[in-house]
Amino acid sequence: MMKLSALQQSYLNRRPGSFRGAAPLDSSADGANKSPAAVFWLVLHGLCCLISLVLGFRFSRLVFFFIFSTSITTNTNHFMAPFRQLTTTTTAADVASDLPSNPVGDAALNGTRVVVGRHGIRIRPWPHPDPIEVMKAHQIIERVQREQRNQFVVKNPRTVIAVTPTYVRTFQTLHLTGVVHSLMLVPYDVVWIVVEAGGVTNETAAIISKSGVKTIHIGVDEKMPNTWEGRHKLEAKMRLRALRVVREKRLDGIVMFADDSNVHSMELFDEIQSTKWFGAVSIGILAHSGGAEELSSFAAVEKEVEEKEKKQAIPVQGPACNASSKLAGWHTFDPQPYEGNSAIFIDDRATVLPMKLEWAGFVLNSRLLWKDVEDKPHWSRDLDSVVDDDIESPLSLLKDPSMVEPLGSCGKQVLLWWLRVEARADSKFPAG
Amino acid sequence: MEIRNCVFALILCHAAFVSCAVGLGRNPPTERISGSAGDVLEDDPVGRLKVFVYELPSKYNKKILQKDQRCLNHMFAAEIYMHRFLLSSPVRTLNPAEADWFYTPVYTTCDLTPNGLPLPFKSPRMMRSAIQLISSNWPYWNRTEGADHFFVVPHDFGACFHYQEEKAIERGILTMLRRATLVQTFGQRNHVCLKEGSITVPPYAPPQKMQSHLIPEKTPRAIFVYFRGLFYDVGNDPEGGYYARGARAAVWENFKDNPLFDISTEHPTTYYEDMQRAVFCLCPLGWAPWSPRLVEAVVFGCIPVIIADDIVLPFADAIPWEEIGVFVDEKDVPNLDTILTSIPPETILRKQRLLANPSMKQAMLFPQPAQPGDAFHQVLNGLARKLPHDKSIYLAPGQKVLNWTAGPVGDLKPW
Repeated sequence: MMKLSALQQSYLNRRPGSFRGAAPLDSSADGANKSPAAVFWLVLHGLCCLISLVLGFRFSRLVFFFIFSTSITTNTNHFMAPFRQLTTTTTAADVASDLPSNPVGDAALNGTRVVVGRHGIRIRPWPHPDPIEVMKAHQIIERVQREQRNQFVVKNPRTVIAVTPTYVRTFQTLHLTGVVHSLMLVPYDVVWIVVEAGGVTNETAAIISKSGVKTIHIGVDEKMPNTWEGRHKLEAKMRLRALRVVREKRLDGIVMFADDSNVHSMELFDEIQSTKWFGAVSIGILAHSGGAEELSSFAAVEKEVEEKEKKQAIPVQGPACNASSKLAGWHTFDPQPYEGNSAIFIDDRATVLPMKLEWAGFVLNSRLLWKDVEDKPHWSRDLDSVVDDDIESPLSLLKDPSMVEPLGSCGKQVLLWWLRVEARADSKFPAG
Repeated sequence: MEIRNCVFALILCHAAFVSCAVGLGRNPPTERISGSAGDVLEDDPVGRLKVFVYELPSKYNKKILQKDQRCLNHMFAAEIYMHRFLLSSPVRTLNPAEADWFYTPVYTTCDLTPNGLPLPFKSPRMMRSAIQLISSNWPYWNRTEGADHFFVVPHDFGACFHYQEEKAIERGILTMLRRATLVQTFGQRNHVCLKEGSITVPPYAPPQKMQSHLIPEKTPRAIFVYFRGLFYDVGNDPEGGYYARGARAAVWENFKDNPLFDISTEHPTTYYEDMQRAVFCLCPLGWAPWSPRLVEAVVFGCIPVIIADDIVLPFADAIPWEEIGVFVDEKDVPNLDTILTSIPPETILRKQRLLANPSMKQAMLFPQPAQPGDAFHQVLNGLARKLPHDKSIYLAPGQKVLNWTAGPVGDLKPW
């Protein structure tokens, strides 16, 4: 069994490299010649160690430094004038006094420039960030990120045809500007079809002209009714009107429904590029109560499923997949918890509820709407055969709803958020 | 005449083959380390060498592991996994007469303190005892005095068997291992503890743990420089200057308030995820020059910034580290920000592409079970490249080159 000396015992509890004053004692004890000078230094050093034990810092090193400051050896890491010195100013003296009998580790070891022992901590004269360096670093980061994005870029991006039904009201500017900014950020070509209830107005035209994207502004003569149900019906009609425009003009791209109060994430536009004919995405429903008693916290929504919904969780509407990632059904909005509490009129203070399946969760290839296209899938209905009043969700455009492609990792990613906020009945609409 | 034609045709074929091999395409966004160095990573050692594994009593390996299972997870675990890999590898041969290399499974880095740090004090005796055993029970050690044997010594300073550099240098490499090939993590040029012909391997990093912390590649890299670890070893060197030769302390003092440098001593749970969001990861020396950070940086695609003078990196003959990482001298640490921002963006992108190469990442890992191209195979490749053995290593019977009684007296006690 190995005898552990006191020295080694102290190493046991620490990471290697302890270098207390005991080390030189060790090495000098091993030396063969115990000259009186060596003994004297030994005793003096021991005394200094005791003093520093009491005082709490390496007093002996400082003393040695001041005594030997005129005869500093040069084979150590030297402090140059421009460098600021810390309390560790005893570099040179240390190495000289600590390693009297250590034959290796100094520059004496053939050719190495790496020295064992104490080194100085180099600090430059002004150790603070340099703004030019920071700028350069940010440029590098931006270049790296651009390269990262390019790896995932879509080949042959298609035009995004956004369809937005709107009408003039208190919060119109608020909502529509949100859509304007979202569309401005889309990295693909955008054609924006704005359908307005109550005819084309200058207010709306002013807002959408700020977007800088190609817009088609259509008016529908009917005015927006004051009930949510009526509004849903009229909006459906307006969207179909827009789809007819797509068909007439033979616009090519991907049609998505950007309702003016919804919140769209940029990933949505990337994801819908992979639509072949008809796709569905998951929508997070931000159904809030009209009053001050808001839900305190929303749980994470990413993988939230309707059936497992607790009071705090956000409901998600969208495609549901089975284990082999094929479309198996739909998560729809369950109005049960809000029974009797939902808003009827647009300016009510109660909770506004979405429909079972919102239009915004669907995207389709504009060629589905065209007349006389040979490779149109047989499971889609012709737009002309759709009766306006009957349509509740774009699924009615399909004969076979099982052909819908689930997007966003099979519906697991929530790519947009549904929200309906309208002004209260007693709000004053700024005139003019 | 005909022979000459045959030879000429052979040369032509060979030339055609070589030019084909070099002209292999690059797959964006990863880049193949082209040329002889990069292809070497994908060599298959099976069939190129034969390794005989000595059957040592379990007190040298299994019993030690049983005493402390932590040895399987710490950064020195390579010695254990190497043993397990060799036992079931196709390069293993049960007939020592046809073996090219001999492996001695002795776990010298498994005597752990309560904190988990290995104590090297008994290791020389353990190694010596193992060698005495193999030299008395088999004739192969005496044939060459160990020149065709290899040992895995992953401790701080390799076969010098001490954690303190000065003591390690004083001891030097264990006398009996002076002719053998050492597989170690330590590597520093012109250092006593790095023998000519040693194979440097990366420290062990748990592959499954790293795999489970991968984040989508799309996540933008927004951190410029990342580092988590000690700057001052407060327990052993509170003023700084010894630990890391003052380099880590210099990093802290110069860049602690620099927003580009995300450096601190915390242990966040998102350490691996953060590395994947960083462009540069610092890999400074500690008490020894090597560190698992290098492995982590390579696996997570973060460009390693190596601050360790004269360090020899793992598999340096197979991996062109100069092209993949950034080397900063310890004396240049105060100018680290200038150095890093003055690297042209194309170079940075190229380094990232090289790092994205899966064979790079695989070469740094010790997966269980072993996979082609991993660190086990690179070690075998390294051993295979040293074949055939030079005739001069074979000694005459009875001839002794090594001095078996050299070294500190404490080493001679039986284990």
